Amino acid sequence: MLDLDQYSCLGAALRDALDRWPNEICLIESDRDKEKTRLTYSDFKEIALPLARALEDAELGRGDRAAIVMTNQSKWLISAYAIFYGGGVLVPLDYKLSAAEHLQLLAHSQAKFLVVEYHLWRAMMQSPEFRKHRVQTVLVTEAPLGADLAGAFRWEEFRRKGDPLFVPRQREDVACIVYSSGTGGRPKGCVLTHENYIEQCKSLTAWYPFWPGVRYLSILPTNHAIDFMVGFIGPFVCGACVVHLRTLRPEFVRDAFVRYRITYVSLVPMVLKNLERGLRAKFEALPAAQRFFLERLIAVNKALTRLHPNVRLSRMLLPQVHKAFGGGLEAIIVGGAFMEPATLQFFYDLGIPVANGYGLTEACTALTVNDLKPFRADTVGRPLPGVELRVMSPDEEGIGEVVVRSPTVMSQYLDDPELTAQTIVDGWLLTGDLGRFNGDGHLQLFGRKKNMIVTEGGKNIYPEDIETAFSRLPVKEYCVFAGDYLWKQRRLGKEMLVLVLRLEQNQEFGEGLRQEIETENRTLPDFKRVGGYFVWDRDFPRTASMKIKREVLAEEIRKAYSAAAVVAL
Amino acid sequence: MSGSEQTLEQILTLAATHFKVPREKLTADDDFFKTLGIDSLQALDLLTRLEHHFHVELPDYELQGVSDFRTLAQRIQARL
Repeated sequence: MLDLDQYSCLGAALRDALDRWPNEICLIESDRDKEKTRLTYSDFKEIALPLARALEDAELGRGDRAAIVMTNQSKWLISAYAIFYGGGVLVPLDYKLSAAEHLQLLAHSQAKFLVVEYHLWRAMMQSPEFRKHRVQTVLVTEAPLGADLAGAFRWEEFRRKGDPLFVPRQREDVACIVYSSGTGGRPKGCVLTHENYIEQCKSLTAWYPFWPGVRYLSILPTNHAIDFMVGFIGPFVCGACVVHLRTLRPEFVRDAFVRYRITYVSLVPMVLKNLERGLRAKFEALPAAQRFFLERLIAVNKALTRLHPNVRLSRMLLPQVHKAFGGGLEAIIVGGAFMEPATLQFFYDLGIPVANGYGLTEACTALTVNDLKPFRADTVGRPLPGVELRVMSPDEEGIGEVVVRSPTVMSQYLDDPELTAQTIVDGWLLTGDLGRFNGDGHLQLFGRKKNMIVTEGGKNIYPEDIETAFSRLPVKEYCVFAGDYLWKQRRLGKEMLVLVLRLEQNQEFGEGLRQEIETENRTLPDFKRVGGYFVWDRDFPRTASMKIKREVLAEEIRKAYSAAAVVAL
Repeated sequence: MSGSEQTLEQILTLAATHFKVPREKLTADDDFFKTLGIDSLQALDLLTRLEHHFHVELPDYELQGVSDFRTLAQRIQARL
């Protein structure tokens, strides 16, 4: 691994990585069962530097913002490398957002450059907001011959000869602007510095090291904080290899584990549960005698790995299970959302260590990770090296808001000093999550103080971001809350958004209105939809500027009704 | 029955069979995530079954933003 203490910026570390391991494979890209790309670090350099030079000629300069909107693929990392090389600031956007949301965040970030896949660019071109975009240079990947690109360049042709100028940045300079949410009017652009990333990379690799020969399967979107770190920066500064799949079909994901003998993979709970479901179905389909034998072996493995994992031993005890994961899997990294302990334990008992953790975009990637000494499925692990975590104003059960001070904490929310001041107080980041430390220093989470949900797919959804979807409902007023914000559950998982309606005088709630709610709900992506509604019988409290006083309203609702009043959609 | 209606009908039948839901419970404008009780990965699994049935290849992104059978049928029909 490179000695990251010697580096002031990601660009320099990545640049040196390409020279340090020229013959190691750094990238493999597979589309279904066809391998499309296999690059050594030296090959990567040959492709990336002409792009960096072309960006330089197009006037990418120190601190200029360049957005990437792409699914996981080699061109994502090559483009990011070229942007950092030229001193740019990367703005990784979630490719699953709508075209209107992409355009909104491009405007908010004031991105001067954009690298985007053709199908996403085509969707942006069809958006009514397209004409207003101010991106200076757009590079489109994989555009069909003859396609109208509305003035954009083809990524594959955007190359210039000659050595590009490397533009160094300082630790305190901005490396990335990462949107944790906020397409509903108040974008939350986390401004993360080179210091944040370098320190995060050091702390994570101290516990979960990469080395040449490691193969990391990149499934989580690369714009996501976890994949950006463990599916790009971490592997590259250690000479490891990243494997990209152009599809997330479960059968091809399973196949990739075996074909590429994957060492690490990061998953969100939804994918891990999908794998669990598949394995359980296979176990149940076994003849009774085989199943009995398997269950005994799992019990033996569980007993022998109670204090710490022993992957080699587990591979011998349960060879068929481990072969299905390629035979080289060292750990599954799980994050992005709450994971049920039973699922984590299921995999651990099979001899597959699960490094579950806790983090938030505002603190770069991860704050705590399970150190497996021993494995604790009911916690999110211990604070990583350099991370100070505290539980603020704990109640009689020791539960309070988790606050953090760490070199990985963002400098600010982009262009929002008010929100920054509310979120970072005296150097401590207020996470809005409720937690408690158990006796041996593991953090347990118990719910949220903030009005938002995190889906099993790892998406943060803030009610304000989806409220406009219901603006056509014929009601007096409405708003959306996280169900657990209204009625504190003291647990995580199965989180739901609730639409609160205030009807007009003499208006009755009927089937027609219910159908309208369903229709409007379906205009939202499936992971952003409300899970139920609730009719409130009083006018909403409002400020002088007519904004809803959400906390006051939540308190009124909490006092008058229980969660049972919510009607599921 | 037009080509697109036939495609839609076949999708509904395949989805009902694959996810063990009575065919009569599914309609063209249903939110299939809700009606079938599936997540986005299971929806991708359905897409694979549909590819095999219709002998087409659909990139994952074709499913992005799609949650009803009718739109899904239109996406498949466009590639037939």
